[in-house]
Amino acid sequence: MATTISAPDQIRTEPGSPPSGGADHRTRQGRPALLFLAPFLALYLLFIVGPALYGLVMSFFHTSLVRPGLGEFAGLDNYAEALGSSDFWWALWHTVWFTILTTPPLVVLALVFALLAERVRRGRWFFRLAYFLPYVLPSAVVALIWQWIYTPELGLLSRTVDAFGATAPNWLGDPNWAMVSLAITTVWWTLGFNFVLYLAGLQDVPRDLYEASAIDGAGPWQQIRRITLPLLARTTTLVVVLQVIASLKVFDQMYIMTSGGPNFSTRSALQYVFDVGFTDYRTGYAAAASTLFFLLVLAVSAVWLVMTRRQESEV
Amino acid sequence: MHGPPPAPRPPGPALSRRGVLLGALAGAGAATLTGCATPVGAGLLKTEAAPGAVEYWNLFGGGDGVRMQQIQDGFRRANPGTPLKAITLAWGDPYYTKLSLATVGEEPPDVAVSHLTRMKTLVDAGLLQELRPEDLARHGMAPDNFNQRAWQAGLVDGRAYAIPLDTHPFVLFYNTDVCQQAGLLDSDGQLKPITGEAAFADALARAKQVTGQYGATHGINADPASPWRLFQTFYSQLEGEILADNGTRIVLDDAKATRVLDYLRALTVEQRLMPSAADYQGAIAMFAAGQAGFHLNGEWEISTFQTAGMSFGMTLLPNIFGGPHAVQADSHTLVLPARPDLDQARLDRSLHFVRSVLDQSLTWAEGGHVPTWLPFAESDAYRRLSPQSSYAAAADTAVYDPPGWYSGSGSNFENVIGSAVGAVEGGQLTAQAAIAQIRSQLSALARTPSPV
Repeated sequence: MATTISAPDQIRTEPGSPPSGGADHRTRQGRPALLFLAPFLALYLLFIVGPALYGLVMSFFHTSLVRPGLGEFAGLDNYAEALGSSDFWWALWHTVWFTILTTPPLVVLALVFALLAERVRRGRWFFRLAYFLPYVLPSAVVALIWQWIYTPELGLLSRTVDAFGATAPNWLGDPNWAMVSLAITTVWWTLGFNFVLYLAGLQDVPRDLYEASAIDGAGPWQQIRRITLPLLARTTTLVVVLQVIASLKVFDQMYIMTSGGPNFSTRSALQYVFDVGFTDYRTGYAAAASTLFFLLVLAVSAVWLVMTRRQESEV
Repeated sequence: MHGPPPAPRPPGPALSRRGVLLGALAGAGAATLTGCATPVGAGLLKTEAAPGAVEYWNLFGGGDGVRMQQIQDGFRRANPGTPLKAITLAWGDPYYTKLSLATVGEEPPDVAVSHLTRMKTLVDAGLLQELRPEDLARHGMAPDNFNQRAWQAGLVDGRAYAIPLDTHPFVLFYNTDVCQQAGLLDSDGQLKPITGEAAFADALARAKQVTGQYGATHGINADPASPWRLFQTFYSQLEGEILADNGTRIVLDDAKATRVLDYLRALTVEQRLMPSAADYQGAIAMFAAGQAGFHLNGEWEISTFQTAGMSFGMTLLPNIFGGPHAVQADSHTLVLPARPDLDQARLDRSLHFVRSVLDQSLTWAEGGHVPTWLPFAESDAYRRLSPQSSYAAAADTAVYDPPGWYSGSGSNFENVIGSAVGAVEGGQLTAQAAIAQIRSQLSALARTPSPV
């Protein structure tokens, strides 16, 4: 990245320069700031932190959904059971596999489409809208649309493939294909969000850099490689982090489209928690399973944070 | 932002930002106080939404939902003095979770719907009131007014906790045009009786010749319930049992299960008489589009095919394996959740509503459900109802889920077996592998102490 123009520095100076006044200024701002934050903090404590702590406590008890109170103390039994359950490990792997399948296309395709939409001269609004539109749909609607597309024999996709003389796979019914099919649906559905983030990032790239490079004889490909991509690095970091977390949290698509099937091959970690917690009434055990899942997400986020910190300090 | 310059202030009392905020706050407060009549207000202040009302929860959507609305309207017309507050929630876990939590939280509805197979878990958790014979008698309900199979299946330790409203079996839908051409109908236009493995496969094969696609369809993808119902039907015809001692012991009979699974595999994977890949809606669509002569599903889909305007009939699922004629079924029941503030008047209001629903069994039976309320089930009005009355015998051949804390409608017990059976029908698992998988997953559940 040594050859890039000095623009990253320019961006970096913005948050880097502290407002005059320093510590003194900050304490004077403290109280009103807290007041303004209070409504959010109250709700955050009440609905996020509180239940999370309660869940943590619950994971050490044989808590039941249909009995009041925490129930009998379980010690580490719930954790031992989860770690010893092949169903739990499979569910965890399905979530990770889904993340592996969806993250690269959702980042790369969003970038490619954002670059293309940016280059279009006429009807730019149409392309921007077209890519973002699926994202506004609720998960249930997306699931219904794609369930019909994937329907064997009658579905759009199966008929199209059959028309070309090939045999369509059983998209949602074959354990080897079901997760791929869900990933395709998810890419179609949520691409628009990353697309918009990249579009916003593209607006921040100073025009004069392109002009200057054009005068120096740089072609479009060189401009993308040497100017656009390096200047989008921060956007990319953001997109990847948000995408990994969103993919790890997957639940809706599987729950609606495959119910975790066929034969549990797409049951995600969250659906496992749902199944044992709500269907089996075992909320204590479900809390332990979700705490373990939380640790996984935390670990992934921590690794990513360390990596991006290092990346930023290298720039 | 460079907006237009601020307009000159009009004379008179100015509307300040503070004033607006205060006004809004006061308005919201007033709305909360007067909101005792709203559910939120009632919930917060723990007052009753409407004194003397009956609150009723159910889980009916689609055609069932429409019919239940009619029944509720019937009650309202006949009892103008008793307001009825009916709430419909999403079927399955969301419903049972909310019902359980509302009861644990001491704010349950007066009357609620529960599947018979789920009701026992609720009883074990102490969430339901016992229905004492003398209370029922005051409203003209006695055990011998009900279909005995459903009534007996609903007893827990000999006590009644639920009033069975219907039996809803897994049935065989047939396309009369297709079956006519295939020579499967008798002179009255009814399906000729089918008995035995070979005869059923032969009927499907003849239907397949007519449709050019498939003999029969049922949901497999994303639908563990249908394969479970089919398996339970055939396995019970071999007198097979799955659970014993309230679910603490697995007594799956490998030989019988293998026989059923091999037969299902032959129909789907080997002879391709049934598609091994169809989801619930797809299976319905293929039957409605005439791509299959038969459809295996719960009788509640009758409304779907009536709306589609096709000519079809319904009958009991055939006896394939020659044992006692058994078909998988469940029942919708009406239950009274336990509540701390129960008094005689409230109990009588609730039971009066229950009786009113039973008295409107005709409306309910039109939706395909087999009535359990004998005064109607033995009437001519029901006998005239076609094709609904053609599988009335299902009420006497019904097989319910075995008792266990993890079994019942939409439970993980059904998911475990249905998923494995679906994988056999999809050609992904052999019968042996499926049985091994069922045994291992059920054993984990059987080992777990009951959370209720």
